Amino acid sequence: MDFAGLLTDAGRELFAPTTAAFALAAIGLNFHFGLTGLLNMGQAGFMLLGMYGYAITVREIEQHDGQLFGITMAAGATVAIGFLVAIVLAVLFGLLLGWPTLKLRGDYLAIVTIAAAEMVRFLGRSQSFKDLTGGSTGIRGKDFKGPFESLSPFPDRQVTIGPFTMHGSVSTSWWLVVVSWSVVALAALLFWRLSRSPWGRVLKGVREDEDAVRSLGKNVYGYKMQALVLGGVIGALGGVLWSFGNAVAPDSMGRPTTFWIWTLLLLGGAATVFGPILGSALFWTALVIVKGLAAMFIPTDWLAPTQLEPFSLMLVGVTLMLLVIFRPQGILGDRRELAINDR
Amino acid sequence: MTAKEDPFAHVNATPGAAKVDPIIVAHGVHRTFGGLTAVDVEHLEVQRNAITALIGPNGAGKSTFFNLLTGFDKPQKGEWFFNGESLQSHSPAKVARAGMVRTFQLTKALSRMTVIENMRLGAAGQGGEAFFTALVPPLWRAKEALITIKAEELLDRFKLLDKQNDFAGELSGGQRKLLEMARALMSDPEIVMLDEPMAGVNPALTESLLEHIVELREQGVTVLFVEHDMHMVRRISNWVVVMAEGKIIAEGPPETVMQNTAVQDAYLGAHHDTDLSEDLS
Repeated sequence: MDFAGLLTDAGRELFAPTTAAFALAAIGLNFHFGLTGLLNMGQAGFMLLGMYGYAITVREIEQHDGQLFGITMAAGATVAIGFLVAIVLAVLFGLLLGWPTLKLRGDYLAIVTIAAAEMVRFLGRSQSFKDLTGGSTGIRGKDFKGPFESLSPFPDRQVTIGPFTMHGSVSTSWWLVVVSWSVVALAALLFWRLSRSPWGRVLKGVREDEDAVRSLGKNVYGYKMQALVLGGVIGALGGVLWSFGNAVAPDSMGRPTTFWIWTLLLLGGAATVFGPILGSALFWTALVIVKGLAAMFIPTDWLAPTQLEPFSLMLVGVTLMLLVIFRPQGILGDRRELAINDR
Repeated sequence: MTAKEDPFAHVNATPGAAKVDPIIVAHGVHRTFGGLTAVDVEHLEVQRNAITALIGPNGAGKSTFFNLLTGFDKPQKGEWFFNGESLQSHSPAKVARAGMVRTFQLTKALSRMTVIENMRLGAAGQGGEAFFTALVPPLWRAKEALITIKAEELLDRFKLLDKQNDFAGELSGGQRKLLEMARALMSDPEIVMLDEPMAGVNPALTESLLEHIVELREQGVTVLFVEHDMHMVRRISNWVVVMAEGKIIAEGPPETVMQNTAVQDAYLGAHHDTDLSEDLS
């Protein structure tokens, strides 16, 4: 691989749909952690649940010749219903997780969410639900991507813009790029609006000290629940968009995914509007560059090609550690917050 | 306060004494932690529009009693009323909305929020605190402006106005106490409950804190506070309630309550004047 090729690959990561999907999941986590201080260690669970909800719904409609309860669905309606199911599942999951844990101290939410996310994954890949979820192989893209791709206004062939070539409509396509980043923009706008509203102020108060906010007459439990559900729904949307460029695969939404989301949120800066987006872009670009450079300069008898991926993830992990130690507020965080050191 | 207006003129200095116009009435409040009885209050009335001090030695149950009254803790049994309305099984938020706002022994300033945002959070009735309303700024901007004016007035009174854009975490300990008190006033409470307002405050600030508390009474706010500093209690309170081992052992005007033998026993131990040499022989 040459440098120009590497740079092109890295540049592609900057706006890839995967980057957008992770930015979205991180915006959701930003509602949890950045605004409210909730330690959600299971954002990947929300993503996976979202993609199951969408993929299974759309696959069922497709298998009944585009009919739902005997009513013929246009592609747009099918996509809308798929998204709706994904959102409803995320809401229910959030309510279920929050109901017992949000009355307790924050650590308990962390424990419950990490376990619940793993439960979603294990239920998904278990043989018992193979007909529904496809077991450990998941759901193939062609079973559920059809309606979304048919909505594309772009041509049904490879399209080259500048140095980047992608398909117009299918899988990781220009169409998906446009849709994903539009959803990211909307979510960022939502975060911006809400974090500067009285609602967001109560959440920040909860982050700083729950009892103080209680003593001022606010229903802390209700606010934490709203934040958990909203962030989870945004995570689920990220999951659906991710599956459009890949497939529904339970094992790609395990614990590492949750930690990547945490990494890129902290990298960009928690509680900031653009932190999750910048973090996601940097994270995925850096990964490609590290992988590419390692492939170029490290002889294969030192490091086999199959070891490159884990090696570069390890380097990213070290970077995260250095970042949290030396710049805990992230790239966009407010430096003044660092001086406040009361916890 | 002149003698004519003094609501305590005809009140007996006995535990559980009835008041002329009680804002809080507590009856049979009982809280145990395992085998330990933390609070066992038979009867207490708190006079409206006065400054009542709640004192007692360490471990007397003052803070626990505060927590019970404000909904932060639940008693095994007992009932208590605020303006005649029962507050049992009310959440802390509901208690605060009813008009009874508290502060904490360990100050709870919201560190990574600015001083002015701390103040705004204390306001009641901001519709923009509901999710869907928050999405439409025209629905809450006007109220926000009113809240901000009020917050600035209070900050000015508490001499924090020039700090309004600093993070609360950047304030000194004493300033945080002031901020917490000012924030509690944002919702126009009928009663403020101050848990050790003087703890950790330097002497220079003590004076202005005292003035603020007296000022509250003049504005018609009732104050109930827990304090260790007897000097302060004598200076500003109208009535003193003494707790020891969970019980109310004495009540009375600040000038005389410390003369009560039960109070002296509680503070110094019941046998402080017995000659121990007899036991040693």
